[in-house]
Amino acid sequence: MKSFMIIGQFVPGTSSLHKLDPRTKMVTIFSFVIIVFFANNVLSYGWLALFSLALILLSKIRIPYILKGITPVWFLIIFTFILHLFITREGPVLLEISTFKIYEGGVIRGLTISLRFLLLVLVTSLLTLTTSPMEITDAIEELFAPLKKIKVPVHELALMMSISLRFIPTLLEETEKISKAQASRGVDFRTGTLKDRMYAIVPLLVPLFISAFKRAEELAMAMEARGYNGSEGRTKLRELKLTNIDYIAILLYVIINIIFFTLRQ
Amino acid sequence: MSAIEFREVFFRYNEESPFVLKNFNLTIEQGQTVAVLGHNGSGKSTVSKLVNGLLTPQSGEILVNDTKIRTSNVWEIRKNVGMVFQNPENQFVGTTVRDDVAFGLENRGIPRDEMEQRIKQSLMNVGMEQYMDHEPHHLSGGQKQRIAIASVMAIKPEILLLDEATSMLDPKGRKEILATIQTLKKHGKMTMVMITHDLNEIVLADRIIVMNKGNIYLDTTKELLFTHHKKLESIGLTLPFTVELALELEKYDYQFALYPLNYKEFNKELWTSNLNK
Ligand SMILES: Nc1ncnc2c1ncn2[C@@H]1O[C@H](COP(=O)(O)OP(=O)(O)O)[C@@H](O)[C@H]1O
Ligand SMILES: [Mg+2]
Repeated sequence: MKSFMIIGQFVPGTSSLHKLDPRTKMVTIFSFVIIVFFANNVLSYGWLALFSLALILLSKIRIPYILKGITPVWFLIIFTFILHLFITREGPVLLEISTFKIYEGGVIRGLTISLRFLLLVLVTSLLTLTTSPMEITDAIEELFAPLKKIKVPVHELALMMSISLRFIPTLLEETEKISKAQASRGVDFRTGTLKDRMYAIVPLLVPLFISAFKRAEELAMAMEARGYNGSEGRTKLRELKLTNIDYIAILLYVIINIIFFTLRQ
Repeated sequence: MSAIEFREVFFRYNEESPFVLKNFNLTIEQGQTVAVLGHNGSGKSTVSKLVNGLLTPQSGEILVNDTKIRTSNVWEIRKNVGMVFQNPENQFVGTTVRDDVAFGLENRGIPRDEMEQRIKQSLMNVGMEQYMDHEPHHLSGGQKQRIAIASVMAIKPEILLLDEATSMLDPKGRKEILATIQTLKKHGKMTMVMITHDLNEIVLADRIIVMNKGNIYLDTTKELLFTHHKKLESIGLTLPFTVELALELEKYDYQFALYPLNYKEFNKELWTSNLNK
């Protein structure tokens, strides 16, 4: 389960990608998500693919690990390709098997869309692979800080995120404990019809929710006892600071984009 | 000056339920270490939450350092009253040890440099400095509870309330916490209130308060506590094994000037109080 869901799994490291400020990474990667859609010829796609490959190499994370990590997405990528192959009817026919015809346009469209998809997934998963969830939370709080002016509770949302992150392992452990306890009482989670298995989840969820509510209540009490009173007058231990490596990265990214826009038609 | 004072306090959780505290009076002097005993539901947690302003009484007054708790000064009061709760998991706010200790400091608007320094110092005080970057799910219950104490100590409170801080721990974790409390006691002139239903934990206390049904049932010292053994048993508290043994031996004409809390004390008492046997 864990091995194929690396989207959202942080790999600690000391590469230059790890060292970048999370804000730099988030802004560039999200702009990349948009820029991918501007690619329209072999050169521009090739350039972006080269850029993604460079990022992967910079992250010092093993390529097979990353490729394996996006297993569920591979299926989607291949599915999209095949779908376009059969649906698109443009250009000359390349192949004809009885009633099926495969057109050149289909191959091109399928390839470009799957490549686009692959690049998006690769680069965004690099963000979560090289950035700890806490850093992402901090970056979100900082980046969205201007929204406080229109009364968006940015600080509270970021705190909620970090507390959820902190309690994920706790709740997973608890789920396991409860499911074992219920299994030992004869609840069967694995066999039977879908309906049976859905019903079997109820004795798992009810105690889990009860305990989660109790935890929430106690946690709120403990936070209040430790003087939590909203974001006002609060200081922060973690500080995000742009360093030279960030400025270099931003500069490089701008240059890469300029080249990209000259390459596209 | 008294650290904590309850004056004719009445408290209930809601209109329909009966009063948990009825005309409750209690004074705790500064620098005292007080153990509060009593079985489940006797109102111990309620008392501690009232001290820290997490609950407000329906009538009567509560004073901390001779200042009455009001809605206007409750955040000030909380600065002086640190609280450690029972469940180590549910009071760990940060994603790492460092973040958790920082949480209280951030709330008080402490500047970053001072924060770093205080985090280090308070982690050292509980012997957890090498766990700075650990995540909570890699810590034992006892370690988490020591972090909870460090988090509270970082604020430098004058009063420390421990509400059954050891009751969910294994014997090893319990020992760790008791040792931590002992060093804290040696270091400072802090007022400490330890709530427990474990009679073995009272060794550290200068004063023992036993609660029953929302009232003070006994107010005594650890030396005298077990002379009230009948009263303790009648409200369902179990005596430490050594005390039971001593009581049994008394039936055979042995004497105990002090009821022993552990085997060492037991041996000593057995020798010194029965020299002419
Ligand atoms: N949140 C609550 N809401 C309603 N009643 C409560 C609540 N917490 C405690 N009580 C009641 O108050 C009484 C005292 O509880 P508590 O102070 O928690 O006792 P102790 O800590 O000694 O076990 C109990 O009868 C309990 O049922
Ligand atoms: Mg309690």
